[in-house]
Amino acid sequence: MKRNIPQEIEPLKALQEFTSARIAIGRVGTSIPLKQSLEFKLAHAHARDAVYSELDLGMLTDTLKHFGLPVLHLQSKVTDRRQYLQRPDLGRRLNEPSLNELNGYRLESDVAIIVVDGLSATAVKENAVGLLDALIPLLLANGLKLAPISLVEQGRVAIGDDIGYGLNAKLSLILIGERPGLSAADSLGAYLTYNPKPGLTDESRNCVSNIRHKGLTYKKAAKKIFYLINEAFKRKLSGVELKDNAGLIES
Amino acid sequence: MYRHNIHHRVYKFPDLKALLGKASPYRSGDELAGLCAGGYEERVAAQITLADVPLKNFLNEAVVSYEDDEITRLIIDEHDEVAFSHISHLTVGELRDWLLSDETDCATLTTIAPGLTPEMVAAVSKLMRNQDLIAMANKCQVVTRFRNTIGLKGHFSTRLQPNHPTDDPRGVAASIIDGLLFGSGDAVIGINPATDSPAAVSNLLTLMDELRNRFEIPTQTCVLSHITTTLQLVNEGAPVDLCFQSIAGTQKANASFGVNLSLIEEAYQATLSLKRGTVGNNVMYFETGQGSALSANANFGVDQQTCEVRAYAVARKFKPLLVNTVVGFIGPEYLYDGKQIIRAALEDHFCGKLLGLPMGVDVCYTNHAEADQDDMDNLLTLLGVAGCNFVMGIPGSDDIMLNYQSTSFHDALYLRKVLSLKPAPEFEHWLIKQGIVDERGNMLPVSEHGLLGGF
Repeated sequence: MKRNIPQEIEPLKALQEFTSARIAIGRVGTSIPLKQSLEFKLAHAHARDAVYSELDLGMLTDTLKHFGLPVLHLQSKVTDRRQYLQRPDLGRRLNEPSLNELNGYRLESDVAIIVVDGLSATAVKENAVGLLDALIPLLLANGLKLAPISLVEQGRVAIGDDIGYGLNAKLSLILIGERPGLSAADSLGAYLTYNPKPGLTDESRNCVSNIRHKGLTYKKAAKKIFYLINEAFKRKLSGVELKDNAGLIES
Repeated sequence: MYRHNIHHRVYKFPDLKALLGKASPYRSGDELAGLCAGGYEERVAAQITLADVPLKNFLNEAVVSYEDDEITRLIIDEHDEVAFSHISHLTVGELRDWLLSDETDCATLTTIAPGLTPEMVAAVSKLMRNQDLIAMANKCQVVTRFRNTIGLKGHFSTRLQPNHPTDDPRGVAASIIDGLLFGSGDAVIGINPATDSPAAVSNLLTLMDELRNRFEIPTQTCVLSHITTTLQLVNEGAPVDLCFQSIAGTQKANASFGVNLSLIEEAYQATLSLKRGTVGNNVMYFETGQGSALSANANFGVDQQTCEVRAYAVARKFKPLLVNTVVGFIGPEYLYDGKQIIRAALEDHFCGKLLGLPMGVDVCYTNHAEADQDDMDNLLTLLGVAGCNFVMGIPGSDDIMLNYQSTSFHDALYLRKVLSLKPAPEFEHWLIKQGIVDERGNMLPVSEHGLLGGF
C-alpha cells in the first residue's frame, strides 16, 4: 500500500534546531502524519507505564545494602494505584504497621534518606541508586549521621514528614518519581525538609528536579542537594527562606 | 433544610451548599473534599430537591459568607434586579426548561445574564445532561474585540501557545511561525513564561510585538505573567496588549494566587489606558479551572464546580477578551478521567457563556489522568458543536514547558473543516492575503513563506 506523503515539511524543518517542541511535523489533509502520531503515542505509553510501575523492593534493597544502613519497607495509607491518584491525602500518611516499624529506629540522626515511588517507580529504579552513590559519600565525609534508608510504596512527598519525625532525624531527604512527561518518564525529584514533622506544607521544602541521565546528572544533583543540606543545617531551616547564595540552585 | 423522600428513605440536605455538592455529577475532587453524594440515589434525590428550589433563595442564602468574602459581596452587591425580574418567579428546574425552550433566544439570554448569580447557573447546570449543556451554550453568542473579532457564530479561534522551557526567544519564535503557518493564533499569541522576571517577560513581549507589526498580523499578544508583573511592565511602557491573570471563586483562593479585586481593577484600568486595541477594548485574559479553590484549601465546603462558576463573577466584572478554563491541567485528584474532564469542560463552557463570558477551553490532560488523545478528540468535537470561542494551539499537542497535552494546530484545522468554522474574520483575511489558506479555508502549500525569512 502506498502511503500519502506528508506535505511541506522541508521548508519548516530548519526551525527544529531552535526548540524541542513538535514543530514542522507536516500534515496529511488536516491531520498529523502517521509517523509523528505514533511517536506521540509511544511517548504517552512510556509515561502511562511509568505511572503504573511498581518498586522492585527486593532488587532495591539488595543494591542499597552496600551503603551499610538498615533498609526499611514502608507503605502509605493508600491501598491501590487508582486510590493513590485520587487521594493525595492518603499518600501523604504512613499506614499503622509502617508507623509502628519506625519505633524500633528512633536513634537520633542528621539525615533520613527516604526513597518513594511517587508518580514514577521507573524513575526510582533508573536513578535513585546512582544519585545516592554520588551523594552519600559527601554526607558521610562531612560527618553527618544517617538514619536507616526508607523505601516507600504509594507515597507522596509529604510522607517524608511522618518518616523523618518517626526516625527522629533532623532533616528528611525524599527522592521521589516525578510526574512523567512526554519527553521524560524517569525524572527523579529530591525534596529536603529541615525539622520534619507531620502537617508541614510545600513552602517548608526545597526541591531539586529533573534528576536523570539526560537531565540533571547525578554528580551535579548530589552537589546541589549537599549544598542545600549544609545551608539548612547552618541556618536551621528549609523552604522558601533558604536562598541560593552559592548560585548553585536554578530558580 | 432541604429534603426529599424516595420510597421510605428521607434525604436531608442541611443547606444550599450541601445540596449543590450532593447534586453534582460525580468527580474525584468532590469526593476528596467529602462533598459528593454517598450513592447514585442520593445524587438524584439531591437533583430532584434542587430542581424545586426557587431562584430567589439564592439571593438570601450565600454559599460563602458575605462578610468574609469579597466575591460573595461582588455577586450580591452587583446583582441586577431588573434583569432578574424576568426569571425571578422560577425554580432551578423551571429555569432549565425555560432556558432550553425555543422561545428563549440569544437576545433574551443576554438580557437576563446580569440577573443570574454564579450559584444559580451552577445549580441549573447540575440538572442538565451533556446534551443540554451543548444545546444551551450553542444558543449563546459572546463576541469580544481587540484587534479582531472573536466569538461570532460560525467562527472558531485559537490561542497560539508557543511555550519553551527556558523562554529561549528563537525557540518561542520557531513555534509561533509554525503555528501561524497552520492558521493558528487569532484569539491571542500567548506565552506561559518559565520565569516571572519582568526583564524576561518584557523581552518576550517585544519579540512578539515586533513580529506582529512586521507582518501586520491582526491579533493580540500576551505573556501570561502574574498581574503584578504585567502592571509593572505597563507602567514601564512595555508593549502589553492583554493583561492576564489566573482567578478562582473565593477571596481566599485568589489570595493564594496573590490577587484581589482591587488589584485586578488597577491592572485593568492601566491596561485600558494604553488604548492598543484597534477594533475594541476588551483587554483582560483570565484563566480558571475546577479544583483550584480546593487545592488552595479555600473552598469552604462548596463543590468545585460551584467554586469555578463563582470565578466567572470576577471575570465578568472586567469585560475580558478571553476566558479560558484549563480543564484537565489540575490532575486526577480533581478530575479523574476523560469522562469527568469532558463533563467539567462542557459545564464550564455553558456556565461561562450563560453569564456572558467569551469562553474558551484548554482541552487538556496530564499523564497521570486516565485520559488520552481520543478523549480530547471527543471533547474538542463537542465544544465545536457547543460554539466554543477558542481552544489552544500547541505544536503536536505537547507543551514542553508545562508538561501536559493540549490541542494541536492540526486539531483546530480538523474542527474548522468538519464543522465549517472560520477563524476570526480579520485574521482569516490576513491568512488569505499571506497565501496560507485559500478562500474556502483550505491550507495552501507553504514553500518559501516570508514568515520563514523572519529568522
